[in-house]
Amino acid sequence: MFGRRDPDSRGYFGVYGGRYVPETLVAPIEELEAGYLAARADAAFRDELDRLLRHYAGRPTPLYPTERLAGPSDVRIFLKREDLTHTGAHKINNALGQALLARRMGKRRVVAETGAGQHGVATATACALLGLECHVYMGSEDMRRQALNVVRMQLLGAEVRRVDSGSCTLKDAINEAMRDWVTNVTDTYYLLGSALGPHPYPLMVREFQSVIGREARTQSLEQAGRLPDIVVACVGGGSNAIGIFDGFLEDPGVRLIGVEAGGERIAPGRHAARFAGGATGVLHGTRTYVLQDDAGNIELTHSVSAGLDYAAIGPEHAWLRDLGRTEYVHISDAEALEGFQTLARLEGILPALESAHAIAYTCRLAREVPAGTDILVNLSGRGDKDVQTVLEALT
Amino acid sequence: MSHVRTQGRLAETFARLRQDDTRTGLVTYITAGDPDLARTEGILRALDRGGADVIEVGVPFSDPLADGPVIQRATERALASGTTLAGVLDVIGRLRAELGPPIVLFSYVNPILRLGVVTFANYCREAGVDGVLVLDLPIEEADEFRALLASRGIDTILLLSPTTSDDRLRRAAALGSGFLYAISRLGVTGARDALADGAEEMVRRIRAVSSLPIALGFGISKPEHVREVGKWADAAVVGSALVSVIAEAGASGDVNARVEEYVRWLKS
Repeated sequence: MFGRRDPDSRGYFGVYGGRYVPETLVAPIEELEAGYLAARADAAFRDELDRLLRHYAGRPTPLYPTERLAGPSDVRIFLKREDLTHTGAHKINNALGQALLARRMGKRRVVAETGAGQHGVATATACALLGLECHVYMGSEDMRRQALNVVRMQLLGAEVRRVDSGSCTLKDAINEAMRDWVTNVTDTYYLLGSALGPHPYPLMVREFQSVIGREARTQSLEQAGRLPDIVVACVGGGSNAIGIFDGFLEDPGVRLIGVEAGGERIAPGRHAARFAGGATGVLHGTRTYVLQDDAGNIELTHSVSAGLDYAAIGPEHAWLRDLGRTEYVHISDAEALEGFQTLARLEGILPALESAHAIAYTCRLAREVPAGTDILVNLSGRGDKDVQTVLEALT
Repeated sequence: MSHVRTQGRLAETFARLRQDDTRTGLVTYITAGDPDLARTEGILRALDRGGADVIEVGVPFSDPLADGPVIQRATERALASGTTLAGVLDVIGRLRAELGPPIVLFSYVNPILRLGVVTFANYCREAGVDGVLVLDLPIEEADEFRALLASRGIDTILLLSPTTSDDRLRRAAALGSGFLYAISRLGVTGARDALADGAEEMVRRIRAVSSLPIALGFGISKPEHVREVGKWADAAVVGSALVSVIAEAGASGDVNARVEEYVRWLKS
């Protein structure tokens, strides 16, 4: 289960990744890497995580063959129901893994960033369960549009710290979380929520999320009798996508498609589709595709979904794309809102606005692919948190 | 390489400081382009007149994650006035001949990558930059960069933190040039009332492995801090406190006088 496709010893996937951090963070990141490598080689650690994922988080999550989403076409669409995990999104897989690691490393204080609030809620949950102190940094714009998740985190005993700099979204929350970490390194664990940041985070988060792909592959063979032709997932930082892709990377017949946030339109500041407007650069400790201006400043981003509203993509995605193994497309705000409503009306499921991007693209794809195609979609989270945003957007 | 080092303006400056036991070197940091690049020219001249021994010129970057609120705000003002890395290098190039102290460019890595590292190194040479410190480019990632600068006679300034292991201190001692920048406390940049307790110990650890000059920074804002630092290190770095002086004087006409006066006071 572990150990495949590790980046090189300096944390590079091809030319992407690495460890671009201030000197103060080098030692704690080396400590984290050593701690993680020891934990993943320890059967007792893996058993404890497996036990929590099963009995606490509700894994395995179902693979649901949709009834009406594909319409009259002879295409089958399957949903990997990460929305049915405890706390309502795939984020819990990583939060439980890293919180166990934090405890194993003797850190009693956890800091995290959150965009949509799902990672913050998952981290607050894992910290409550394991008795760790939890501080979550969140942009003020995200606190406004994900107010429900702010209350959830607070009820779970976490302190939510408001970030008012820059675009007041995920990027700025990560800046603040890293500033906290750099100040409190000795007793603090930084629980990063996506497959980005300095090595070993992209590796570690992918491995904690790869449970999605492992389950989905087995379930596809059992329930559909075959592997899917196409796997679709939304990509912000890219953790749910890398998690499900991981199960199929060595199946060359399976197309892997990541869906980025096209926002209002592909113009500076109006979207978050890194492969549609970005260039290689460094943000938050990793070298990858980044939306930036000619002077190397990070561009503001926009998406109706807070969880996709980020200027960089996880380095392994950039590498897999260069290799031609994965493809990336983008879906606009309007299309995502349509995907949200379509899934609600046809299947009785409210998807997270992030996941609604994957649904919207899948609906388009279902009209274009040949009859007999099987599409697997990672339904990465539930949409309760987005009801207010959808209501505002539709009125 | 050692040939280049001994000839550098930074090496000369620190050699002179070491010969004079009576005073501590003063390294001054400003964020270029705050409030705008035209006024930065006046501020640079004021730093020189005030007696700064080394001038650090910060390149504004949209996501300064190693900086505290004072420099974050300065960065925002600088970016709002349209400051870019290329623009900062232009200003340095124009003023280099008339300014006495060596100039060290302080930057995050992404603006440099965007410009291209070779182009950047060439611009630095043309502008007369003496040293470069990249905050988020640790030793492990810096090989090519350091070689490009060294071949153009420019020092790569390495930053050392209380969390830096003795093993890394030795590597930094071997790879750094010009001087070593030691930060005296964990955390982001910002002025404090008192020096960190571990500052003396930090300098002692570095002295044990390196003969390079040491500048100690983070939290220094008063003449008594500078004098205190002088007991152990070659120089004290004043950043956020100076940036605050510039912020308060803002766009007013007396910003240059205020800066000059502040630098003189620090050296008193």
